Amino acid sequence: MTLNWPLSRKRESLAARAHIISEIRSFFSEGGYLEVETPLRIPAPAPESHIDAIPSLDWYLQTSPEICMKRMLAAGYERLFQISHCWREGERGTLHVPEFTMLEWYRSDSDYLDLMNECESLLRSVAEATGLGYKIGRKGVTVDLEGEWERLTVRDAFVRYGGMSMEKALERDIFDEVMVERIEPYLGFDRPTFIHDYPAERSALARLKADDPSVAERFELYIAGIELANAFSELTDPKEQRRRFLDEREYRQDSGKRVYPLPESFLEELAQLPPSAGIALGVDRLVMLFTGAETIDQVVAFTPEEL
Amino acid sequence: MYTVADLKKGLKITIDGAPYIVTQFEFAKPGKGQALYRTKMKNMITGSTLDRTYRSGETFEPAHLVDRKMQFLYKEDEHYCFMDNETFEQIHVDESAVGDARNYLIDNLPVEVLLFGEKAIGIDVPNFVNLRVTQTDPWVKGDTSGSDSKPATVETGYVLRVPPFIEEGELITIDTRTGEYSTRVKG
Repeated sequence: MTLNWPLSRKRESLAARAHIISEIRSFFSEGGYLEVETPLRIPAPAPESHIDAIPSLDWYLQTSPEICMKRMLAAGYERLFQISHCWREGERGTLHVPEFTMLEWYRSDSDYLDLMNECESLLRSVAEATGLGYKIGRKGVTVDLEGEWERLTVRDAFVRYGGMSMEKALERDIFDEVMVERIEPYLGFDRPTFIHDYPAERSALARLKADDPSVAERFELYIAGIELANAFSELTDPKEQRRRFLDEREYRQDSGKRVYPLPESFLEELAQLPPSAGIALGVDRLVMLFTGAETIDQVVAFTPEEL
Repeated sequence: MYTVADLKKGLKITIDGAPYIVTQFEFAKPGKGQALYRTKMKNMITGSTLDRTYRSGETFEPAHLVDRKMQFLYKEDEHYCFMDNETFEQIHVDESAVGDARNYLIDNLPVEVLLFGEKAIGIDVPNFVNLRVTQTDPWVKGDTSGSDSKPATVETGYVLRVPPFIEEGELITIDTRTGEYSTRVKG
């Protein structure tokens, strides 16, 4: 047997990965967060239109720990974080593996703006504590974590880079194409970008903005063209949540996708959820940024193809 | 018929009656949005390029190409000469149609020549090809990390990165789909 050379070459990025994860844990435990582990195999994932769960016997592998973590928030846990594996069927590319590592954190009495600030603190803290530094170099550009981060609404981004209004793109059903082809190439270069206030119909679990209910209090964080995190102020109205789940479920049914049962316990307990905010951050992608990796393959010990 | 799940670098499909080869492929999925398959393709006859983004559910016609089993004979000016294994007929193929396959062409290498009508428009080489290393710097003694690499030139002139323990004169296997080092050939 010869040495598995591609695997042996990952040593440096896997060491950086371990260091980054350990600093994430320190950051949250110092911030008064409780680390939790919720089941990876669940009966009812959130029925989102474009996120496909992988069946496991008669249940599913989680696509995110969101449902369980929000039940904990509703039960009175104020600050929670979890680092866990998530599965999404069919997602494979330079930034995707179908089994990946997600960091999620939730805090009560907070909104999405608080999470933007906390994202900045987390990344700066990891940069400093690991010694990996504030300058992120990828694909020939350098992004500085130290200065002020950009905050740009989705609506402004469509006008500035997309060549059409957000409403027009939605009406013509090319929102995703315009985002990927025209807007993403401009996000998070020079400095990280929070792109925020997504269309209401693209935010199944988020609270709508009080002064403009056509958009939700939701943001994505981009650094060097990589979409790193998705966050929102949580929707706390069980009736509205059920209605949105049914819409998403209908979309899945109509497009021939697998339909999951509704997460009934979650819907029941949602009434107890205090005003709160939650965020999901791709750990593999964070490691890519700090190590300058071109593909996600370089920062996971094994891709599905290597098994 | 292909689906978006078949899309990858090197796939040959028909668009508006012309054969295209996928030269770049990227899976994209903007947050909470749908899966998108971004491709760059090259017209295999004119060489012009095309950017297309596809959604799940879209399908493609394979390119109507004929493969002929041949072997590489020699290179002359801007042409590469191949011989049909059965009829012994020889054909010349333009350098532009040979593409990256030129990195692996050694005498008698079995290949598949792609024909669109009468015209040779591409060369398919085996997935793994053994080539001899003609130049590489010696391994610095004491470096036992096993994690870095060094450049090496092989007999075709192609330069790639290899593990530090590879020495000049050794035979190595290259994965022609990625152009990367695969293993050392023992013996």
